[in-house]
Amino acid sequence: MSDTLTTAPAPTPDTSKTIAAVPKGRTGAARILLGRDAIMIYVLIAFVVYASIAIPRFASPVTVGFLLLDVIPVLLIALPMTLVIITGEIDLSVASIAGLTSALMGVLWAAGWDIGVVLLVSLLAGVVAGAFNGFLVAVVGLPSLAVTIGTLALFRGLALVVIGDNAVANFPPELTSFVTSKIGGTGIPTVMIGVVILAVFFGVLLHMTPFGRGLYALGFSREAATFVGITVNRAKFWLYVGTGSVSALAGIYWTLRYSSARSDNASGLELTVIAAVLLGGVSIFGGKGSIPGVIAGVLLIGTINYALRLGRISDVVLIIVTGSLLIASVVAPSVFDALKRWQHDRRVRRSLPQAALGTQPTP
Amino acid sequence: MKLIRNHTGKGKTARRVVSFAAIATSVALIATGCAGGGDTGGDGGGGGEAGAGGDMSITFIPKQLNNPYTDVVLGGGEEGAEEAGFAATEVVGPLEASASSQVSFINAETQAGTNVIVIAANDPDAVGPALEEARAAGAKIVAFDSDTNPKYRDVFISQVVAKDVALIQVQLIAEQIGGAGEIAILSATANATNQNEWIKFMEEELESNPEYADINLVAKVYGDDDDTKSFQEAQGLMQAYPNLKGIISPTTVGIAAAARYLSTSEYKGKVALTGLGLPNEMRPFVKDGTVTEFALWDPAQLGYVAAFAGKALADGDITGEEGDTFEAGELGEREVGENGIVIVGPPTQFNADNIDDYDF
Repeated sequence: MSDTLTTAPAPTPDTSKTIAAVPKGRTGAARILLGRDAIMIYVLIAFVVYASIAIPRFASPVTVGFLLLDVIPVLLIALPMTLVIITGEIDLSVASIAGLTSALMGVLWAAGWDIGVVLLVSLLAGVVAGAFNGFLVAVVGLPSLAVTIGTLALFRGLALVVIGDNAVANFPPELTSFVTSKIGGTGIPTVMIGVVILAVFFGVLLHMTPFGRGLYALGFSREAATFVGITVNRAKFWLYVGTGSVSALAGIYWTLRYSSARSDNASGLELTVIAAVLLGGVSIFGGKGSIPGVIAGVLLIGTINYALRLGRISDVVLIIVTGSLLIASVVAPSVFDALKRWQHDRRVRRSLPQAALGTQPTP
Repeated sequence: MKLIRNHTGKGKTARRVVSFAAIATSVALIATGCAGGGDTGGDGGGGGEAGAGGDMSITFIPKQLNNPYTDVVLGGGEEGAEEAGFAATEVVGPLEASASSQVSFINAETQAGTNVIVIAANDPDAVGPALEEARAAGAKIVAFDSDTNPKYRDVFISQVVAKDVALIQVQLIAEQIGGAGEIAILSATANATNQNEWIKFMEEELESNPEYADINLVAKVYGDDDDTKSFQEAQGLMQAYPNLKGIISPTTVGIAAAARYLSTSEYKGKVALTGLGLPNEMRPFVKDGTVTEFALWDPAQLGYVAAFAGKALADGDITGEEGDTFEAGELGEREVGENGIVIVGPPTQFNADNIDDYDF
């Protein structure tokens, strides 16, 4: 996949930390091979290998197809969500935007509009919804948590107003079968091509452009970012437009995949997305994270879900596993940090008296 | 100088710690998976390579797990599956009754090579493409409780004739409010196939039947088959419509929650409540006078008949054509009607006199 995207060694982003913490011992290849992202990818590979051996029928192209079809909405929304969370903000309204898009699609299609126009208008609705969030957060300056909790309810409510308790199902069969079609015998859904392009786009944007690097600075300190010349508000505004647009894409995909436009489509998806993003190594406080790590996180949750379902393990176990994994992924780095700090302190304490002895002038 | 050299040396320790973390996490993951893997090995081997012998598997996919009504249906289904001669019976399903949540379960079952999938659809169309793939892989599809679009399944096992269910509830509420006044409906989700069909018949009946001319349907609210939400919706109805005389709740979760609210409020005994409920859940409210009479079919029979229909389809005895008949264990013969619908039986009415005769 696009995991190879950032193999180019990125410059150390966390210059602010070098004074406080232990300087990083790793450079070059070791840094990439032992980083947080790499660990996620190893865990993912380990789980896939394990599942292929232990769960009958897991190792087949059918799995690849069903699994990817299941994770595509999460994967899509996780990309811009990563950027938003890196800046220290959050967008909880993504699933509601997807639902609103779906409802709108249903109503317009049922009203006899051309499908091309329907798709375009639905996408625009997502852009507008995102811009609305962006306006409230960036321009008015309200906290994103409050704003997007509000729009989470607002957009879902609008979806209900638009389509009510109806469901529209008769989308053009060519389009719905295209969405579930696979590339040859590989089992990989055709739409994955688009998803990969988007992933590369967001990966390059975050890791290789001044705009993207600026987001990390923004996540660490808003003031500092302003002083180094980042237009904080404009950056935030466009990020919300980004989450809105991609959520609309996810809504369109959802509608066509299940060939059903309803107001409750994708409900609760925002939490799955945020869980996957955090599992992928993005810090909820901002300033840390990467696209490859997030992709690995999304795929890991998706694979565990699918493997457990194939093994007919109850969904109750599934949510417990996901929850524990999430907590472990958040706690583990803090534990290692604490461990490192303790080692460092001990070392400093041990070396200080020696240093003092050495420099003492002999009378 | 010395300090810096020290750090590069310590870099190795850090690396070791990180590698250890990676290994530990993988081990933990594998351990969690293992618990699952152990369970499945047996069923997978048994159910999959059926085909020739009588070694068939059946999987029930209800609207949601942990719903008391569903549990009774599934209880009947498991009993029926055993009597019908299935080697393996599985129950899988989502925790919340949303439209698309069932699809990945169907996919997993398709891949597991299940012979018969029995499903209560949360949305008639959302499960369609997945069911088509399951059929292409050789599975027979039995819809029960809540139908899919007819082109995606072989037969539909219906509780009762939809219209009868609707009419009996209208009749009950009319009796209980004395034939005149405002009533409201507390339903499940806004998209639930069967509830919406009943509500449609209720509305038609209220409009067309002169006996119900004085009954006025003022509101339809949705408790989403969630206990708390249904409770709050019932409470909201009483506040919004002070003249409300009665509530119809055509869902077991809704009627139980509404009864709980009414029994502790000033409206107890003044506002009538009826609909579809489980006798075990409704018993205290019938005894304390909150509810006079309500209706339901025996849900266990629904699962029971579905299992036998699945067996008959898988054996090739029936194809789901109109006029096909099959033997449904102790319930006797059932016939496939128009559109592949099999009717289980008439609804039963429960009141203070007979409620103790039922245990489900």
